[in-house]
Amino acid sequence: MTQLHLASVAELGRLLASGEISSVELTRHFLARVEAHRELNAFLDVRPETSLAQAAAADRRRASGESGPLLGIPLAHKDIFVTRDWASTAASRMLEGYMSPFDATVVERLGQAGMVCLGKLNCDEFAMGSSNENSAYGPVRNPWDVKAVPGGSSGGSAAAVAARLCPVATATDTGGSIREPAAFSGVTGIKPTYGRPSRWGMIAFASSLDTAGLMTASAEDAAAVLSAMLGFDPKDSTSVDRPPEDCIRELDRPVAGLRIGVPREFFGKGLTPEAESAVRAALDTYRGLGAEIVDISLPTASLGIPVYYVVAPAEASSNLSRFDGVRYGHRAKNHGDLADMIKRSRAEGLGAEPKRRILIGAYVLSHGYYDAYYLQAQKVRRLIGEEFQRAFQQCDVIAGPVTTGEAFDIGAKTADPVAMYLEDLFTIPGSLAGLPGMSVPCGFGPRGRPLGLQLMANHFQEARLLGVAHQFQKVTDWHRRTPAGVAATNP
Amino acid sequence: MALKLEDVGRIAHLARIHISPEEAARTLEQLNGIFALIEQMQAVDTTGLEPMAHPLGGAQRLREDAVTESVDRDAHLRNAPAHEGGLFLVPRVIE
Amino acid sequence: MSWEVVIGLETHAQLSTVSKIFSGASTAFGAEPNAQACAIDLALPGVLPVLNRGAVDRAIRLGLAVGATINRRSIFARKNYFYPDLPKGYQISQYEIPVVSGGHIRFPLGDEEKVVRLTRAHLEEDAGKSLHEDFQGMSGIDLNRAGTPLLEIVSEPDIRSAAEAVAYAKALHALVRWIDICDGNMQEGSFRCDANVSVRRAGDTKFGTRCEIKNLNSFRFLERAIEHEMARQIELIEDGGHVVQETRLYDPDRDETRSMRSKEDAQDYRYFPDPDLLPVEISEQWIESVRAAMPELPQAKRERFERDFGLSAYDAAVVTASREMADYFEALVARLPSEPKLCANWLMGEVSARLNREQIDLARAPVAATALAGLLARIADGMVSGKLAREVFDAMWSGEGTADEIIDRRGLRQISDSGELETLIDGVLAANAKSVEEFRSGKEKAFNALVGQVMKASKGKANPQQVNDLLRKKLGG
Repeated sequence: MTQLHLASVAELGRLLASGEISSVELTRHFLARVEAHRELNAFLDVRPETSLAQAAAADRRRASGESGPLLGIPLAHKDIFVTRDWASTAASRMLEGYMSPFDATVVERLGQAGMVCLGKLNCDEFAMGSSNENSAYGPVRNPWDVKAVPGGSSGGSAAAVAARLCPVATATDTGGSIREPAAFSGVTGIKPTYGRPSRWGMIAFASSLDTAGLMTASAEDAAAVLSAMLGFDPKDSTSVDRPPEDCIRELDRPVAGLRIGVPREFFGKGLTPEAESAVRAALDTYRGLGAEIVDISLPTASLGIPVYYVVAPAEASSNLSRFDGVRYGHRAKNHGDLADMIKRSRAEGLGAEPKRRILIGAYVLSHGYYDAYYLQAQKVRRLIGEEFQRAFQQCDVIAGPVTTGEAFDIGAKTADPVAMYLEDLFTIPGSLAGLPGMSVPCGFGPRGRPLGLQLMANHFQEARLLGVAHQFQKVTDWHRRTPAGVAATNP
Repeated sequence: MALKLEDVGRIAHLARIHISPEEAARTLEQLNGIFALIEQMQAVDTTGLEPMAHPLGGAQRLREDAVTESVDRDAHLRNAPAHEGGLFLVPRVIE
Repeated sequence: MSWEVVIGLETHAQLSTVSKIFSGASTAFGAEPNAQACAIDLALPGVLPVLNRGAVDRAIRLGLAVGATINRRSIFARKNYFYPDLPKGYQISQYEIPVVSGGHIRFPLGDEEKVVRLTRAHLEEDAGKSLHEDFQGMSGIDLNRAGTPLLEIVSEPDIRSAAEAVAYAKALHALVRWIDICDGNMQEGSFRCDANVSVRRAGDTKFGTRCEIKNLNSFRFLERAIEHEMARQIELIEDGGHVVQETRLYDPDRDETRSMRSKEDAQDYRYFPDPDLLPVEISEQWIESVRAAMPELPQAKRERFERDFGLSAYDAAVVTASREMADYFEALVARLPSEPKLCANWLMGEVSARLNREQIDLARAPVAATALAGLLARIADGMVSGKLAREVFDAMWSGEGTADEIIDRRGLRQISDSGELETLIDGVLAANAKSVEEFRSGKEKAFNALVGQVMKASKGKANPQQVNDLLRKKLGG
């Protein structure tokens, strides 16, 4: 038998269905791996008894005749999703020990499908960052090289799946927070269309961009889980009211005749030769499968970063105003009057990056600057969105690099916010347009750290996107490679 | 256009974040680096473009007027830094 | 030197929805602290707002009632400021495009009809409350009211006196209750005004610097606060000073306004469209369905009462002062189509006086319109005299039964039977020979004394006109 943590979601489903293993056994296996890999700092809150109780409940559901592809399969949630049974902190000191009275819709839906939660995953504080060094609870380490960052902000999700501490992890993407860490950590990541997964229970960073998604070992695994995760939610008025979708249905669709648009601007200076050749090789693979490679241009996409660093901080500055130490969260011990209490609680409770973004946001919305910054950014955002729509008249999907290169070392960019922001050069444009996007492992950099291929499609084309990724993974094995020791250890 | 130190003080106050003079100086430098990046978008001619506040557009979905929420006050108060008699306590509010 | 005051009012009407504007928590008044503040109202991490259709519905209703434009697409924005009773650190409101633009309110002031133009009416959420009783030297925050739907109705600076401001506010208060979008309960804060007040020298065309006086929750406070503020500004300018634009609070205990320093530094609200809420689209169909369900408005009703029932302008205005009053009147008239004036007189007279005396609403009056109609019918057909009808009414008010039951039980039926009256008159003539003599010698006064005696003998039940006629006939015969 394959080692359990290397098995696919479908394989685990078959093992559970046949009774060869129980969910409790499976959950114990993964909990043991979580415990054994604490050096990665991927998890922020683990409560084995709660996980095992959920697993036992899943086993009972199966015993009573229920079935389902996800019943009894473990996963872990990024600590941006609020949960009743685990603390919900957004990796911030501000929310240390905070217990939500309700579950996020994503958590609830996957729970209803029978998935068992292993705990909460570390991330950049309030999902702000590209390296997971902004967590108040310490950085997450990249399982491929503990000196390297796993990417961010969903670094805990990426590292946990890369080290096979869980078969599935939820994640969130605002400007690249699923795709970039998936690329750096060598896992498959999908950010669906904005509005398809519910935002109810996601601790808000930038409301017009925040999108829940997944990290898995393969596109096939992602498709199985995404079907249960997406769906209309009356509690989120931006949630798209479309019938539930079977994300598996296009997995086996061949890519022959598929038009893959390659934006020439994504191959300019800054892209490392290794990243470029890995992406070009992946495109050759597709060509070999009969796809047509189309040269496209996204000239305004390079302005994605300036636009994003106006829009996202503006929304964040407002979204994070609720953390005032009044009703919940950190309250400064030493303070003067009410205003001072709020100021000091926020100064102590929020980390450097959220504070930086709050200040940027307050500035771009403030009197006299709104038109020049916020309004201008929203107009350029429109331009970027229109540019993508024109591109999708020429091609079915867009492919390119996720990052300029492999993961950098922990500490390498912490002193320079601008350098860190530029990490998301290739992922931000799609976020601004609300497009679904994926990162699929496609090679390794000079230091043996993973590289990713980015795939984007038009709104609501998740199933197609997953199919395109799956066809690549059927003929390559990048996604099956695991960091040293993962395949050998048990647990 | 570069920010000045008093801008940092002003926005830190607007955002209710306590900031020491040393932090303010460091923050000023970082913000100016970031705004140098942001200024790139000023070159784009956006005349006649509708701002894009939302990636998908469309109209707001409304709910019917009905009481659907029950309140578990104890669960809410458990997370409160200070409370008494069901109220959240804060340093004296002066109007 | 003469001064002119310029006033604009911003009125917050709490909308009469059962649930909050962005959450499904109840809006009922008077719950235990924070017992009606759900996760959304508390701005817990991860919550999202979903707009209540009922709130938009009511905003449209007001817009139609004041002849405004209903914007087919309106935007919710965030108004960012920190206050402990504002859980999100921003208030969801409308800024650039409100639901309602324009319109006007017409109302009488003395003999004049005034028109005040409206700028806009927009939807927003209310904040919670800070309680200042001592909790170990701290304030308590109750967020039950947070998220209650408000319609902020903003007037143009068209008002020129405190009295006119009060008349405008009363007309608006009557209207929001009339169209059933707000219960108008001022004690509970369901209807409250902010007044923007400035003064200028008579003849000046430019407005002076204005001050905003917040949270005036009674008509009396509104009037006092404006008068005080006018006096303060005039004195300031006459002493060579100048008015500083600021927010002030009226203190009813000391009858003065004072500066609200706590709000001074929060003026940069950083409005931007709420990314959690897409634009609200209001279809023609929606507007038409609201229009179809709209009650007849006070002004239309007033004109119709004058035209169809021949009421005076004054009576028509009084009878349409509230929807309950107008409904009561119409229910009366429906049963007594030939007696509109009698109906109006009784409603404005006896009924209103009793309500006033007992401080109760018409809705809770013990004598319903149908019951009163029963009494008025007996006046109209001469069965009971106007004087005795008041006695019957008092008995009805005390719950003694219908008009007919009381008239019968107490034997108050007017005597109109000639035979019966003649017997009475004969008795009186026989017993008052002296008066008869005087009358015959030409003293007209003696006739009135005889009528009085007959009425007394009938215990007030004799039909006075008939008594008159019969008596004259007998004496003349």
